[in-house]
Amino acid sequence: MFDFTTVTQWIDNLLTSAMPTWAATLIECVLVALAVITLYAVFAIILIYMERKICAFFQCRLGPMRVGKWGSIQVVSDVLKMLTKEIIDMKNVDRLLHKMAPFLVIVASMLTFSCLPWNKGAGIIDFNVGIFFFLAAGSLGVVGILLAGWSSNNKYALIGAMRSGAQIISYEVSIGLTMLTMIILTGTMSFSEICQQQADYGWNIFRGHIPAVMAFIVYLIAGNAECNRGPFDMPEAESELTAGYHVEYSGMHFGFYYLAEYLNLFICAGMASTIFLGGWAPLHIYGLEAFNNIMDYIPGVVWMVGKTFFVVFLLMWIRWTFPRLRIDQLLSLEWKYLMPISLVILVMMALCVSLGLTL
Amino acid sequence: MITETFVFIILAAIVAIFSILSVTTKRIIRAATYLLFVLFGTAGLYFLLGYTFLGAVQIMVYAGGIVVLYIFAIMLTGKTASAGQKSLGMAKRAAALVASLIGAGLLMFAFISHKFVSLSLNAETTNESAAPIKEIGSKLLSSGEGGYLLPFEAVSVLLLACIIGGLIIARKR
Repeated sequence: MFDFTTVTQWIDNLLTSAMPTWAATLIECVLVALAVITLYAVFAIILIYMERKICAFFQCRLGPMRVGKWGSIQVVSDVLKMLTKEIIDMKNVDRLLHKMAPFLVIVASMLTFSCLPWNKGAGIIDFNVGIFFFLAAGSLGVVGILLAGWSSNNKYALIGAMRSGAQIISYEVSIGLTMLTMIILTGTMSFSEICQQQADYGWNIFRGHIPAVMAFIVYLIAGNAECNRGPFDMPEAESELTAGYHVEYSGMHFGFYYLAEYLNLFICAGMASTIFLGGWAPLHIYGLEAFNNIMDYIPGVVWMVGKTFFVVFLLMWIRWTFPRLRIDQLLSLEWKYLMPISLVILVMMALCVSLGLTL
Repeated sequence: MITETFVFIILAAIVAIFSILSVTTKRIIRAATYLLFVLFGTAGLYFLLGYTFLGAVQIMVYAGGIVVLYIFAIMLTGKTASAGQKSLGMAKRAAALVASLIGAGLLMFAFISHKFVSLSLNAETTNESAAPIKEIGSKLLSSGEGGYLLPFEAVSVLLLACIIGGLIIARKR
């Protein structure tokens, strides 16, 4: 496997040989931040195009076809349109909080985005409590949503924010518990070590067999709800709430919410592929050495992005297939079904690990 | 070394400025938001010290939990809370002054009388060797020397009592 640390090491050596350490660190930080922002924007464009095409596919339509071949630069022109739109200032809103809320959401989203391990040695935020940090940073986005609903001075926005807050806080419980299940299996919370283990001993979903598969399904349901996406898109149910918490936002401030929504989908899928499907670890079948060797030639980043887009496709499939739930059904699904199930899975996994029943 | 001092000054300035803002603002939801930034700054200090676990706990429990709870509570209690408070009367003002003077005095006393152990910030103290998460976990659930099992369980019973109490108040039957 190609180790990305050789590249980062080379850049680091190059910079430290030319300038003092603090300047080198500063330049490296700026470079990493630029890389994160660029990746963020590029993935958002790809995801929006993918969503429109997949939605069209499930509804027997063609989707965007006019701009570029197969509508391929439709989203790019949409982004340019969004960037040139006016940001409307309103009376009677808490202006400071109204302007700050989108940034809170996008910062939380970017923090979690940089937790993803792209390749061996190419994790941006990686320390011994990585998964815990991921959950902590993910819980910040809800502050931005609540503040947006409050500061808009609009009943629809307020109701949308309350629904969204209740939903995100509830489903975070299931996400935390399923992640804890996989931490029991791996025995570590650092993303690089989790991926390394899966490269050495096989993907977690195979190692943990029955409880891991159940945890994966619960994670997908809870993750879909966490991203405020259908069938759980109550906060922005457009037929009753116009647009939910971001109804009063215009221009790029709305664009931030839009970006964060799609990237949260990507982050949710990326985390599923990291902790269940091996991250950058290639597919190995025990006993087939030739097959394993061929798989090793495919770079880790291709594995990671490929798995992530596979999970994104699963989530989009769910979104465009099921009808919307009611808010009370949504909350009882979490508190009466998903949370007890994930507690049972947690105990099952603990038993499996302590009795040595994992593969 | 100079980088760390520089980052520390920035973080300390953030904490100080937003602390003052959060007590001087008249809108309660803004106060909660400023408090969020104070907690971010504190988490940043922990990360600067290399104690990533405590930093993540700070963000998870305070920023992601307590502040969200505050904002929820403010939103549920209605619009009157955001309108801004009238200025206080003389008696309340005097009481606030006395309370803050006593608080400041106690804090200064603790700060001056404490004997700070000077540790040079070198590689072995700043890195994750400070307190590995495995050790924290086993100490938290051990009943032996230096174990925290009893307080841990007492806190969980307390939280359970809070949940049941909250449910009973909310049901109104």
